[in-house]
Amino acid sequence: MLADKDRIFTNVYGWESFSLDAAKARGDWDGTKDIIAKGRDWIISEMKASGLRGRGGAGFPTGMKWSFMPKESDGRPHYLVINADESEPGTCKDRDILRHEPHKLLEGALVAGFAMGAHRAYIYMRGEFYNEGSTINRAIKEAYDAGLLGKNAAGTGWDFDVVLHRGAGAYICGEETALIESIEGKKGQPRNKPPFPAGAGLYACPTTVNNVETIAVAPTILRRGGAWFAGLGRDEKNTGTKLFCISGHVNNRCNVEEEMGIPLKELIEKHAGGVRGGWDNLLAIIPGGSSTPLLPRHICDTVLMDFDSLRAVQSGLGTAGVIVMDKGTDIVGAIARLSHFYMHESCGQCTPCREGTGWLYRIMQRMAVGNATLDEIDMLLDLTKEIEGHTICAHGDASAWPIQGLMRHFRPEVEKRIMEYRKEAPREVA
Amino acid sequence: MKKPVDLSAAYQPKEFSFRDEAKVSEIISRYPAGKQRSAIMPLLDLAQRQVAEDGAVATPPYGGWIPLAAMDKIAAIVDVPPVKVYEVATFYSMYNLEPVGKYLVQMCTTTPCMLCGSGDVVKTCESQLGIHAGETTRDGMFTLMEVECLGACVNAPMVQINDDYYEDLTPESMKQILSDLQEGRDVLVGSQNGRNASMALSGTTTLVDQADKLGIKKAV
Repeated sequence: MLADKDRIFTNVYGWESFSLDAAKARGDWDGTKDIIAKGRDWIISEMKASGLRGRGGAGFPTGMKWSFMPKESDGRPHYLVINADESEPGTCKDRDILRHEPHKLLEGALVAGFAMGAHRAYIYMRGEFYNEGSTINRAIKEAYDAGLLGKNAAGTGWDFDVVLHRGAGAYICGEETALIESIEGKKGQPRNKPPFPAGAGLYACPTTVNNVETIAVAPTILRRGGAWFAGLGRDEKNTGTKLFCISGHVNNRCNVEEEMGIPLKELIEKHAGGVRGGWDNLLAIIPGGSSTPLLPRHICDTVLMDFDSLRAVQSGLGTAGVIVMDKGTDIVGAIARLSHFYMHESCGQCTPCREGTGWLYRIMQRMAVGNATLDEIDMLLDLTKEIEGHTICAHGDASAWPIQGLMRHFRPEVEKRIMEYRKEAPREVA
Repeated sequence: MKKPVDLSAAYQPKEFSFRDEAKVSEIISRYPAGKQRSAIMPLLDLAQRQVAEDGAVATPPYGGWIPLAAMDKIAAIVDVPPVKVYEVATFYSMYNLEPVGKYLVQMCTTTPCMLCGSGDVVKTCESQLGIHAGETTRDGMFTLMEVECLGACVNAPMVQINDDYYEDLTPESMKQILSDLQEGRDVLVGSQNGRNASMALSGTTTLVDQADKLGIKKAV
């Protein structure tokens, strides 16, 4: 278990004020000037040494991402965009940073912005987080008033502005190019890549999009050293600490910062009070937000919570939104509800996703009650393969994975429902 | 993600203007010169909030929504064809394009909330208000909506009413919230079971020295 001295988010539950004085007392904005004085190359090499991988779901190495930004401006401004569009079902970690630790985010924005040659950051926050946005705006004002943002931010000689842009209810805007489109005042429909945002992103200028948690941990990493962060976690590719969100059928749902690579069972038993009715009552767990395929109990017994361990069991760490389902769960119905989510949130741009997510949902809805035929299971899986990989962004993939996970581990349950339904209402089945 | 909108409905006002011109300029100044199109989203939000302010004191009351005239106004302000604003307004789910109740109750029913009993919360709202999801009460006070994940999953089940989240709901607490709003009483925002944000109800499992210092409950 992670020692308290190694926790980054010491106000994650909002026990103290979010405001600047309290944040400074917790160690934020301490020596920001000295960090920046060490230069861009030092910051990026330290971030690389830390092994930090993006906390928004994809897990791309952060230091490397920052290094993709052009070293010199060709006349176009550079932008840092912070993705606070947290909408992945099961995920509510960024919200705690936004409302309780906003100065970690703002300080991180400054050092990250400096490292990539950006003078301006936009924070793109989901519109439903109205109160969290108001907190961020108050924190931004405090930082400007204290000279930590604006001209010569924090005495670093670097001019830096932070602007909040509120979304308005679209999951797809968590996809980085859809998010950029949205800031530009358009529908949030993902762009084809290339060009990648580091070449042409916001307003066709070099842009890096990072998750809230990724940016918020950066100042602490740079203060304590990349080696400290890399010393935590399971191995050199799965380092540091991570905010986990534990929802569903546990005794004490909570968010908690833990070490990367903690066993899933330990995470739930230590922090969430265990599965409702005991570990033996566990049916399945979605380990990293709705897009990641579920894991049945026998895998949950031993699996570690990090990018590569979860990948090895054909799932993923995603956003680390752990959704726990006990034996009383209608597992097919639970996944069908996710299919509804992906149908509702498809932006409509690519045909396989726009049409396919609707098909998936309608078939899943029937499967949930057993009103299907056995060969439709394979047809459904074929359909997920027709969507996966055939769309501009990963929304199509994400709609396919939960169903693939369900059939991989719970196909007998789906078949049982179909057989029972046929027995009871044979005429309704084609 | 497409919403039907009746552009010629009787409720559409003929004209719209922003009361707070300074705010409009401030919003446009958030974006680089020439990129004023970026202001479309915050201006739509401003319009919706202005309508909500009017609606809160009207009889019967109503909530925030965006009339066609406001969209046209925004198009003129940021200098784009009106359809560019319609496109945005119809794409995002938070822009209401027809009148809604003074209190817009958005009930999250996505899987994490569903596992924790959002179905009962929905039933409670429907029976207490006498309407189904997607409908508005006759007195203009409430609109019910089922929505997708609102990002407060460890505090499930939850609803959002206007700008505020109401978390850790039970049918009883949901009933209480609605009747408080109906009667014009103060309502308890946030967690309804006394939880500290996203901390475990049984007490914290981390940051124990700090918890001792601040008198925060620890898990046993």
